[in-house]
Amino acid sequence: MGRPFFRRRKSCPFSGADAPKIDYKDVRLLQGFVSERGKIVPSRITAVSGKKQRELAQAIKRARHLGLLPFLVK
Amino acid sequence: MPFYEHVFLARQDLATAQVEALTEGFSKIITDGNGRVAKNEYWGLRSIAYRIKKNRKAHYVQLDIDAPAAAIAELERQIGLSEDVLRYMTVRVDELEAGPSAMMRRSERSERDGARGGDRGERGGFGGEREGRSFGGDRPDRGDRGDRAPRADGDRGGFRPRAA
Repeated sequence: MGRPFFRRRKSCPFSGADAPKIDYKDVRLLQGFVSERGKIVPSRITAVSGKKQRELAQAIKRARHLGLLPFLVK
Repeated sequence: MPFYEHVFLARQDLATAQVEALTEGFSKIITDGNGRVAKNEYWGLRSIAYRIKKNRKAHYVQLDIDAPAAAIAELERQIGLSEDVLRYMTVRVDELEAGPSAMMRRSERSERDGARGGDRGERGGFGGEREGRSFGGDRPDRGDRGDRAPRADGDRGGFRPRAA
């Protein structure tokens, strides 16, 4: 296709077989979905499905509460 | 009876034995309330991502509990009173995880990564001992971001005119 900025739609990393379970204890996994500053990366960038993004946000917030993830990286 | 995962953070200047005593005490509250502690897992002295009550590190303990709500309420009351506990969280889960939690699996993996060195090493360079600096998947995601934005423009009549 001639569209210059066209990219294939990437599928959700948490859907499908052998997808990782979203868990607030899995810091390493969650860290991939926060920015360098510690903010949750929007799903339009990470291609996480809406349902999973809600789960993910919940998990990240739990991890933050326990001090596993930062609220803010200065 | 419902299942719960309970994690608490104990003050960093406690000895491991004291943390164990604390864990035992809390487990007893559960058993006294007709509950059962299916598993207790000590995550070790970890650094916290931000300071909590002037502590930079804390002993993390996870308890997997099968107990009535009243026992949990009592446990939380006691933990709230304890000065050795910085923070706690109880989450109700549909079923308890068998085997070690993601946390324990993670630490095994990070040891292997440490041995492998490579890209992780250079990142550790500026971060020092800070846990938050060793971003695992952060860099690859950045790359994706560059790719993503223009595509969204095409789909939604976007916010960057050049893609239109």
